[in-house]
This record gives sequence, C-alpha cells and structure tokens, in this order.
Amino acid sequence: MSELLQVHNLTVHFATEDGLVEAVDSVSFSVRPREILGVVGESGSGKSVTAHALLRLIRPPGRIVRGEIRFEGADLLALPEEQMGEVRGARIALVFQSPRTALNPVLTVGGQIARLYELHQHVSRAEAWRRTIEMLTLVGIAEPARRARQYAHQLSGGMCQRVMIAMAIASSPRLLIADEPTTGLDVSIAAQILDLLRGLGRRTGASIVLITHDLGLVAEACDRVAVMHAGQLVEIADVRTLFKRPLHPYTQALVRSIPRIDREVAMEPIPGAVPSLLAPAPGCRYADRCARVLEVCRRERPVLRAAGASHEVACHAVEVESGTAVR
Amino acid sequence: MPWPWRRLARNRLSFAALGAILVVTVAALLAPWLAPYDPDEPDAAAALASISVRHPLGTDLYGRDQLSRLIHAGRVDLLVALSATAIALTLGATLGAGAGYRGGWVDHLVMRGVDAVMAFPAFILALAITAALGNSTANVVAAIALTHVPIYTRLIRGEMLKARETEYAEAARTVGNRPHQILLYHLFPNCVPPLIVQATLAMGFAILTVAALSFIGLGIQPPQSEWGQMTAEGAGYVVSGEWWLVLFPGLAIMLTVLAFNLVGDTLRDLLDPRMRGVR
Amino acid sequence: MPSRWRVALLSVEGLVKHFPLGGAGAWLDRLGGQAPRSVRAVDGVSFAVAPGETLGLVGESGCGKSTVARSILRLVEPTAGRVIFGDVDLTALSAEPLRRQRRNLQMVFQDPTASLNPRLSVGRTVQEPLQRHTTLGAGERRARVAEVLAQVGLGAELVDRYPHELSGGQRQRVNIARAIATRPRFVVLDEPTSALDVSIRVRAILLLDELRSTLGMTYLFISHDLASVKYLAHRVAVMYLGTIVEEASTAELFTRPLHPYTQALLSAVPVPDPDRRHARIVLAGEVPSPIDILGGCRLRGRCPLAQPVCAEPVTLRAVAPAHRVACHLV
Repeated sequence: MSELLQVHNLTVHFATEDGLVEAVDSVSFSVRPREILGVVGESGSGKSVTAHALLRLIRPPGRIVRGEIRFEGADLLALPEEQMGEVRGARIALVFQSPRTALNPVLTVGGQIARLYELHQHVSRAEAWRRTIEMLTLVGIAEPARRARQYAHQLSGGMCQRVMIAMAIASSPRLLIADEPTTGLDVSIAAQILDLLRGLGRRTGASIVLITHDLGLVAEACDRVAVMHAGQLVEIADVRTLFKRPLHPYTQALVRSIPRIDREVAMEPIPGAVPSLLAPAPGCRYADRCARVLEVCRRERPVLRAAGASHEVACHAVEVESGTAVR
Repeated sequence: MPWPWRRLARNRLSFAALGAILVVTVAALLAPWLAPYDPDEPDAAAALASISVRHPLGTDLYGRDQLSRLIHAGRVDLLVALSATAIALTLGATLGAGAGYRGGWVDHLVMRGVDAVMAFPAFILALAITAALGNSTANVVAAIALTHVPIYTRLIRGEMLKARETEYAEAARTVGNRPHQILLYHLFPNCVPPLIVQATLAMGFAILTVAALSFIGLGIQPPQSEWGQMTAEGAGYVVSGEWWLVLFPGLAIMLTVLAFNLVGDTLRDLLDPRMRGVR
Repeated sequence: MPSRWRVALLSVEGLVKHFPLGGAGAWLDRLGGQAPRSVRAVDGVSFAVAPGETLGLVGESGCGKSTVARSILRLVEPTAGRVIFGDVDLTALSAEPLRRQRRNLQMVFQDPTASLNPRLSVGRTVQEPLQRHTTLGAGERRARVAEVLAQVGLGAELVDRYPHELSGGQRQRVNIARAIATRPRFVVLDEPTSALDVSIRVRAILLLDELRSTLGMTYLFISHDLASVKYLAHRVAVMYLGTIVEEASTAELFTRPLHPYTQALLSAVPVPDPDRRHARIVLAGEVPSPIDILGGCRLRGRCPLAQPVCAEPVTLRAVAPAHRVACHLV
C-alpha cells in the first residue's frame, strides 16, 4: 500500500535571541490514503510546528533543518516555491485554530471562499459564487446564501470553523490537516465539527491529520494515533492499540491522567513538566519525567521501532523489557 | 529598581541619545561654572570672531562668547520645556484618567474641552497666548503647557477605557478594593507607559516651540540667551559670512530634540516590568 | 422551601440579569410602544449551596453561567432576585458593607494572564486582600503570603516575580492563592482550568479539591468541562439560555440525566475509549439568541422530543428527592 504522505526525520529549529529552540526533533510518520491520523501532545510538543512544516509554512527564525516529506511521491522540501504554492491549499489544506481570527475580518466569508475558486480553478465570479454556496451547504451552514454575505464577526465560533473547513476543502485536497479544530468550541459544536470532518473525509476520500491535545477526540475520530512529547514522536499505533496497550511511559501516563465521564478514575497528573526546548539535553526528552528511565535514555535518543502490527515505539525501556530490540 | 545598563548599551542609538540628553542637562545645571565667560559680557575687541581656541564657538556682534551663551541658553530651553511638559502631563493625566474612569457627562465635558483646544494649530495657539498675556517666561511655559494638555488627556483616557474592562480590574474589585484604590493602584499604573513616550516626544516639541516663539520675538526676551533667539539673530549674519552664529544654536536645537525623540521608546521599555529578563 | 435551603451557605433566589440593548434598536422599540428588548442573560435562576459542598454549574457558551457568577458577587448588578450569603442579603447591601463581605466571598478567574495585574509582583498581588480586609502588619502579611503560596504549591522565591515570568499553570496558582488568602468561606471558580494545558488542568483540579477540604471552603464551580465537574462537584446544575434545566447530585446527573439537553450534552463529550463510540443525541440548529426568547420551554425549537405541550411555560420542579428538572415530558 503506497502511503499518501511520508515524513522522514523532520527536524525544525528556531533561532531565537535566547538560543536555538529545537522544536521538532527527527519526527517520522506516514499517512495512508483515506485514513484519519491523530497527532496528540501537550502544548510545546511540536505538533503545530510539524503541521506548518508539512506545508512549508515555517518562516525565519524557524528553519527546517533536515528531513524528507514525500507527498504523492514527490519530496515537498525539494520543490521550488512556485510548485509548492500549487500544492498548498489545493492538494494539502490546513484548517487553523481560532477560526474567527484566521478569517479576514474585512471580507465577507463568501467572498473569501469564492476567491479561492477564482484563483485555483480559474472560473468566473458567478461560477465561483455558485460553488461557494454549494460548499457552505456541504459543511452544514443553514441559509448559506445569506451567511455568505456576512462577515466573520457576525458568525458564531462553530460557523466560523465550518467556513474554514469549507475553504480548506474547496479544491478537494487529498490531505487535510486540522490544527486543533475544536479548541474553544462548545462540546456539542465540537462534536458536530468532528462529525463533519469525518464525513468529508469519507465522502471525498481525503486523508485527515487531526492535531489535538484531547485524547477523547482522538478516540472518537481517528484510525491511527501519533503521540508527541517535547518535539519528539514517542509512539504511533492504531487507535485501539494505543488506548488498550500503550507502551511508551508518556502515553501511559497521559491516558491515566485525564478526567473522564465514563468511569471513575483517579486522575494522576504526569510528573514533572515539559522540558525546555532551548538547547535540550541529548537523548530522550521524557527522561526527567520517566519512572522507567535508564542510563542510556539520557545519552541516546531512542528510535522508533516496531512493537507489533502497526505499532511503533521510541523507548529504550520498552526495548529492554521486550528482550531484544524488535527490528 | 536596578537600571539595566546592559540592555541600554545593546541599543546603541538610544544609548547615545540618552548620553546626549545627559550632557545637555548637566551642562545646563552647571552653566555658571561650566561657561568660560559671562554670557552677557561684551568684548568689542573680539566682536564677530570666528571659532578659535579662546572662543570655541566664536563671538557675536558684541563680542559675547557664543559657547557661554549657548550653555546658558540651554538652561532656559530645558527649564521651559521641562516645566511645560510636567504641568501638561499632570493636568492632562488627571483629566484624562477622570474622564476615562467616570465616563458619562464628565467624559463628554472633558473631551469637548480637549476638542476645542485641539481645533487650534498648536503653535498658533501658543503664539496667541503669549501675544495676549505678554511674553514672560512663565507665560511661555503656560502657553506651551496648555497646547500639550489635550494629547495626554486623550492618551490616558484611551488607556483607561481599556484598563477598566480588564479582568485584573474586575479581580481588584473582587478582592475588596474601593474604587479609588482600583484607580490608583491598578488602573493608573497600567496607563502610564504610553505617556512616557509621549512626554519625551513632547519635550522635543516644547523646545521647538519655545525656540520658534523666541525666533519671532514672542518668547524669551534678550538679554537672556535662548537657542531660538540666537538662531534668529544668527540668521541675519549668514550672508555676511559669520556662519557660526546660526549653525551652533541650530545644531543644539536639532540634536537635543532628536535625542529626546530617540530615547522615548527605550525609556518606556526600561520602566516596564514585563521587559525584565527579555532582550 | 426544601429543607436543605435552611442550611445553605449561599442561596440564590429568582436571579435575573438583563442587559438592555442600547442604540437605535431600543429607541425604535420605545417609539413603537414596545418594551425595549434586552439580552436576557440570566432569566430566573434559583439554587442553594450547602456548606462544604461543591456545586457545579455547567452549560455552553451563552447560557449565562458566568453572568450568574458575577451577579452573585455583584460585579454586575442583578436586575432582580436575591442572593443570601449566610444570613446576609448581599443584594440589599450598600457599597461599604458589600466590600467587607468580600473577605468571605472570593473568585478565581478564567484567564490566568488577564486576571493578574502585569505591573504587580506575585507577593504584592496575593497580599492585597489581606491589606484590604485584615489589620495584619507588613511582616505578618508577608508570612501569610508565603504560607498561602506553599499551600498552592508555589515556592516562596516567586514572591518577587512578575506574572509574565511565570508559566500559565503558575499564574493560575497565583490566582488561586489570591482568592484563598483571606480564608474565604465561599469561592466562585469561573472556568478555572479552561485556559490551561491538559496536563496542568489535572493538577489544578486536584489542588482545588484538596484546598476545599483542607480549608473548609464551599465552591461554585462553573465549567464547560464535564469531566472535571464530575470529579470535583457534589451536585450539578445544568444551564441553558439563562435558566437551570436540570439539577441533581453528580452521580445521579451523569448516570440518569432526565432533561433532553443534559442528555445531548453528555452524549457530545468525547470519551477516550475507541470501543465506546456511541451515537450522539444531536440537537438541531444552534443556540438561539437570548434576546428574542419564545414562550414555553427554551429548548423547543431544537429538541428531538418536542411536543405541543412544550409551548407552555415550564418550571424547575423536583421529580425525585434532590433531582429537579424543567421539562414537560418528564
């Protein structure tokens, strides 16, 4: 099965006045066609930076230091900017956090979407407007013709997010990256947005990368999940395996720590704090918080290794405990 | 509060500007001891002499040493600018804070007053006041102060409107502060930073205004030397070749005003606790 | 009156808060002989909180829960209704007696950054309530501040730091420290963890719980995070469009929700268990505007179970001991 997206050893650094922030450290994962991949982590885990890197949206002082991003066969990092511009928005789309602030406040929402059609699909203004209304209906906005003529501040948070999604899928991308699409939205609206994304994925055959800190969302919507901690990808597995048999100490701690409404749970906060990414220590960045830390953990960064069908973990302790390193 | 010299030094231009202001201020303060000659003492033999070791900035028609006159003039200019700015700042901040906090008719009244004053071009207004009241130094200070009050009033009123709505203002009330305590300890201190930048810029303007007023004869009266007045006098000698009479006072005005403009932003940053630990 | 109200620490009766719409619209209303419309943020809310318990107040944005919090503390003036704290009617107090009551009635705000004065150090912020309500001297206040900071898990060395030098979690702890400095009897927690990162959130919840039992406080816990409410609250009231639609003990509400809105809300919460993807109860449309509220049950336009009887006004009534619902069909 050929993957839609293959990320290999992606590393992103930010050169700030205080020093070098190593925001993303050798992250590797793939996205298959028609799947929903969840990327989970606390703030500072590097998940948003990874998303922006996929679309080459990293600006100075940020820099993609090394890595490979193969999308539909081509290495995105090697493409000239012009061709990358054609990929962005058209083949890979990004839905931002804070929908209201990501929309242009001085243009009508319909106008913003219509412009995309005019630009990417070279159609007339009238045709673009027609497609816009169609798209707004598709994303579940009632009275689309009236709403299209309104401005971002006149719409609720949930509606703004639907508009953002409409903009993202306007050109039928193969890959949709949703960066915290439900943060700040009410629970019931968030649920609707999630259903919308899933439905769109099924209907258009696009793959979705869902970036969030909410494990509940991930359990509801995703096929596979990647867990990030302090810029490193620590575990990636299909969703059931991740929740039933998490192997990485961080994943285990994360699952144990969240409050739930379906069962009585003693919420155990994860010990320690996310380490600073400014000139970080070599080795595993979870070492200072880990109950199973070994000496090698502080010296050598663990590499993602297979730990079962569709299950990879980057942890020395897991390798040691499973006998030998599974290759 | 420790002065972060290191941070200042990194921003070289501001450092130089602050240095320049310091030099001018010290020179103004120590004028009687610093000036090599009595600024009013004539010396007919050395009249209209160009720059030399004896008279580094030359002499004027009466043989008065220009360097000494310049230093003494700086005193006046700085004093006038400082007093005018201080008065305008105090008055404007009080009015604006009151207007912003109370709202309602108080706000309306104050802002219409501000509008009225701002309707006049600032310099014309200052001119009219000194012309009407007579040109003593005190009147010049009052005139400049009046034209500057609206700026501070508007500025702090805007900041107050914002500060009033913040969650920390609400918290201050929850904690048990009385209204005047909220105003004094929470709102006002957060409104002050833009005022500082404005005040330093205004110092520059004030110097320009007093210089301009004196240039046309409505400001500081001779024999008291003042940069604007000296420039005016010197202007008459450009054609006949005594270039030093116009150049040095003019440069003094220009460099001082420039220094004030440059230092404003840095001063504000220095006083902001948020900038601690940040470059 | 239900017997529990006699031992309540805080009792809210018929609280109403309307924000009149200003501007041309209201003027035109008056011209046309209509009563000017307003945003009916809180439209008749009554509940009681017993000493030592945590009452959770949940609902989505616009339901009025934050306005309820601010009305109780009279940070906004209620349009109608009474708030009885202990044996004092807060709504009838004048400015100075009200101010003095604040020693016992505190609030933890939602945004840890915005609720701290950026120009004041941590120590100065936390000792301010002590300054306003006690006669402790400067040294005694300092000692008390150190004590309170330790209670919220902050080191004494943070006393001279400024908010911008702290992390989000630390700022929220300062917020909490300020609220408990005078050992208040009642604390309103207004979405205290919403602005925090997920792992910090857990610690904050655990801290709040511990403080409540250690210091013997009573909480009104306002949140849209149902899982946190389930952990922390003894009883829960659900708000929708300015009124309470259901109120019950936590266990009861989460296992046997009776009101359709509560059921829909609970079904929308994502559960971190991939094997339990359940069908969601979806309410049609979006929350209507709190300006033009139709008569009868407020959920009428969106409720999947709506019947003709739902056009009649509905009241919050007990359907079981300590379980109140506002629904015709229950």
